[in-house]
This record gives sequence, structure tokens and C-alpha cells, in this order.
Amino acid sequence: MIILVVFIVMALILIAAAIYSIMHRDLLFAVMGTGIVSLILSLFFYLLQAPDVALTEAAIGIALTTIIFIITIRNTSRDEDEIIDKENEKL
Amino acid sequence: MMQEEFNEIFVKYHEIITLGVYGTSIALMLIGLYAVLMKKNLVKIVIGLSIIDAGIHLLFVGIGYIRGGTAPIFSPGYENAANRMVDPVPQALVLTAIVIGFAVTSVALSLIIRLYKHHNTAKIDQIKSLKW
Amino acid sequence: MKKVFIIILLALIGYFLVDTVYNIPFGENRIGSIESDHPTVAGYYLSNTVEKSRVANVITAIVVNYRGLDTLGEVTVLFLATTGIASILYRRKEEEEDVERLNLPSSMLIRTGARVLFPIIALLGIYVFIHGHLTPGGGFQGGTIVATGFLLMLISYKGFNTNHNIMAWIESIAGLSFILIGVWGLISDNTFLGNIPEVGKLNSLLSGGLIPIIYIAVGFKVAVELTGILDILLKIKPNK
Repeated sequence: MIILVVFIVMALILIAAAIYSIMHRDLLFAVMGTGIVSLILSLFFYLLQAPDVALTEAAIGIALTTIIFIITIRNTSRDEDEIIDKENEKL
Repeated sequence: MMQEEFNEIFVKYHEIITLGVYGTSIALMLIGLYAVLMKKNLVKIVIGLSIIDAGIHLLFVGIGYIRGGTAPIFSPGYENAANRMVDPVPQALVLTAIVIGFAVTSVALSLIIRLYKHHNTAKIDQIKSLKW
Repeated sequence: MKKVFIIILLALIGYFLVDTVYNIPFGENRIGSIESDHPTVAGYYLSNTVEKSRVANVITAIVVNYRGLDTLGEVTVLFLATTGIASILYRRKEEEEDVERLNLPSSMLIRTGARVLFPIIALLGIYVFIHGHLTPGGGFQGGTIVATGFLLMLISYKGFNTNHNIMAWIESIAGLSFILIGVWGLISDNTFLGNIPEVGKLNSLLSGGLIPIIYIAVGFKVAVELTGILDILLKIKPNK
């Protein structure tokens, strides 16, 4: 019974994190949403009896994908519509 | 212990768990596709591609699951357990697919960095120097 | 107007996806019986892993032995990604000297902790890809863990530099040994990437023929390539 509740909660968190990740305007929060999707997905793979796939998704999706997205955001703009950067430049 | 609990829950609540696994993967694919089609910032488009990848991998591993099956590893003392294992072929395919998805994402992001240095913007409707 | 079109298109794609997946019942046994005369592909892999290859992890046997050519393609794709990133973010030789890495002021706690944790993380990564044929793990997982350890050191310390010459040599030797082991399989078993049949005892470290050696080479190659990618990305100077 507990496993059923955990299952449903995990599926809802997955969809909620994906929607938050594409809707939010600040790009740093969107990248954190992608990290949460990878984390819950790795737990899903463990429940479906696939330990190798869970290990690979945890190692690549959480650590490396997040860091290369953050490096890209540092070199481009942080805001999605680039309004704050243009105001800073005018000042 | 966890396989028996999962097994009896699966028999009782068949519809919910099918909806859970397949429905979540299709929902992830559609959310990622919406981000690729509608958003203007290039980093958001690459985030959408990454979410589509996650949905496809979940669908593959979900198809390979067998009711009452266990992980495909021979433990010492259980060498005759080959009848009760889940399907190992989709898991091997998904292992390769995850690594290749990461490689594609990293090359796409380095292209975005180079594009920003040249045009000083990262929105696709203001990069117009190829239009006639 | 564009939004309405896209929502209709997504609904159409969603309907066809649901229609395809609906006919695949969840959890049904599609492998069939293992000991029959005409087994399916998965049945053949499951029943012959213990006798012929003596490898305890079925996924390792599939990835390295039965579908070894796909692993060769994947290693090639990672190599192409590293080369592509290095050539896209190309710096001229005059700017090479005064480029500095991303340098955030790190406190004493982070510096001490990183110096203690780095050998432990590297040891864990090497353990994971040496025991790839006994426990869940393998070359790609272990290589990624080692690269994460290097990332910790690169962020915390300003003077920690990775030597590009040594990394290039390790990557070339690991890639070359993959191909040479494949050619050895060609000589001994008449197939490229074939295995020495029936060597060793199940569940011991020295079992599985050539499979652990291939995974060790893949592990080193993946670790060095991912460290190279992170090192290139951390040295870009932003425009502002």
C-alpha cells in the first residue's frame, strides 16, 4: 500500500517539475527543475528492476547535465527575455 | 520482499500503474515538445530536448518490465533464476541512449555559447543575419 | 493563433501515441520459455550468459560481448563530442597564456573537504568499473564518477591544473586497446570482439574472459574525455 502511494506521488512530482522547468522565467530555476526530473527518473528506474540504468541516469543526469547548463547560463543571459541585462548595460 | 509487494499491488491496481508509467512518459514527451515549439530562448529549447529524452527512456524501460520479475544479475547461490528475470535487451539500449543524449546536449550548448558571443543575444527571433 | 495550432498538433500527437501504447499490455511475459528449441533473443541471452561467458551481470555481457559494436559506436560518439567542443570554442594562440579558469573565492572548509574527498571519489569510480561484470556498474558509470571528482577539485582550487598531454595519451592508448582486443577476438574466435570461451569461475573477479579488460579501457577513456569537456568549458571568458 505504501508503495502505491510512493508511486503516485513520484509520478506527480515528475510532471510538476517538468512543467515548472519550462514555465519559469529565471533560467537558473529551470535548470534545477531538469535536475529534479533526472533524480526522480532514476528512482523510477530502480522500481522497474533496472539498477544499471538507474546508476547511469543518476551519474550523468544529475551531476554533469546541471553543471554544463550552469556554465552556459553564466556565459549567456540569466533572464529568459533578456530585459534585465539590457537595463544593466544602459546604466 | 519488494517484488512481492509490488506484484500484489500490480494485480489489484492494474489500471493505475499502467496509467502511471505509460501516461507519465507520454506526458513528459508532450511537455518537452511544447517547449521546443513555443519558446524563444535557445537554452529553454535545449531544456525541452532533454525532457523529451527522459520521456523516451522511461517508455523503453517500462515496456521491458515483466510481472513478478527481478533484476537481471546472477547473485551467488541463485544461478537458476533465469526464468524470473525482466527483459534485459531494452535496458542495454537505454544505457547507450543516455550517454549519447548527454553528448548531443553538450555540443548544442557549446554552439549556443559561440552564437551569443557573435550576436550578443540568445533569442531566435533576433538572430536575423541569414534572412533575405 | 500560433498557440491554438500548436495545441491542436500536440493533442493529435498525444492521441496517436496513446493509441500505439494502448495495445502493449504492461507486465506481460514476452520472453517465453527459455529452454525451448526456438528461443527469443532475450531468452537466448539469458540462458547462455552463465554457461558461455561466465559473467554474472547480464547487461554487461550484452553491452560488451553480444552487442559490442554498439559500444564501439558510443565511444566514438563521445570522442567526436569532445573534439567538436574543443574546436567550436577555439582560442587563438596569443590568448592562450592569459586565460584563467572560473575562480570563485572558496572558504577553508571547501578546500579541505575537496582535498580529502577527491581520492575517495576516484577510488569509488575505479571500483565501479573494475567490478562491472559482478555488480551493477561498468565503464560509463565509473568514468562519470571519476570525472565528478575532478570537477570538485577544479572548482575549489585555483592552481589545480590537468595536464592535457597526459590526458591525450591515456585516451589514445585506451581507445587503441579496445580495437586491439577486438582484433584478438577475430583471431581466436573468428568474430570481431569475440570472447575467449569458458574461462574462470562465476562470480569471481577473474572471470568473463576479455570482458573486464574492455570495460577498464572504456572506463579510463570516458573519465578522461569528460574531464576534458569540463576543463574546456570552465575556461571561457564571458563577454561582460
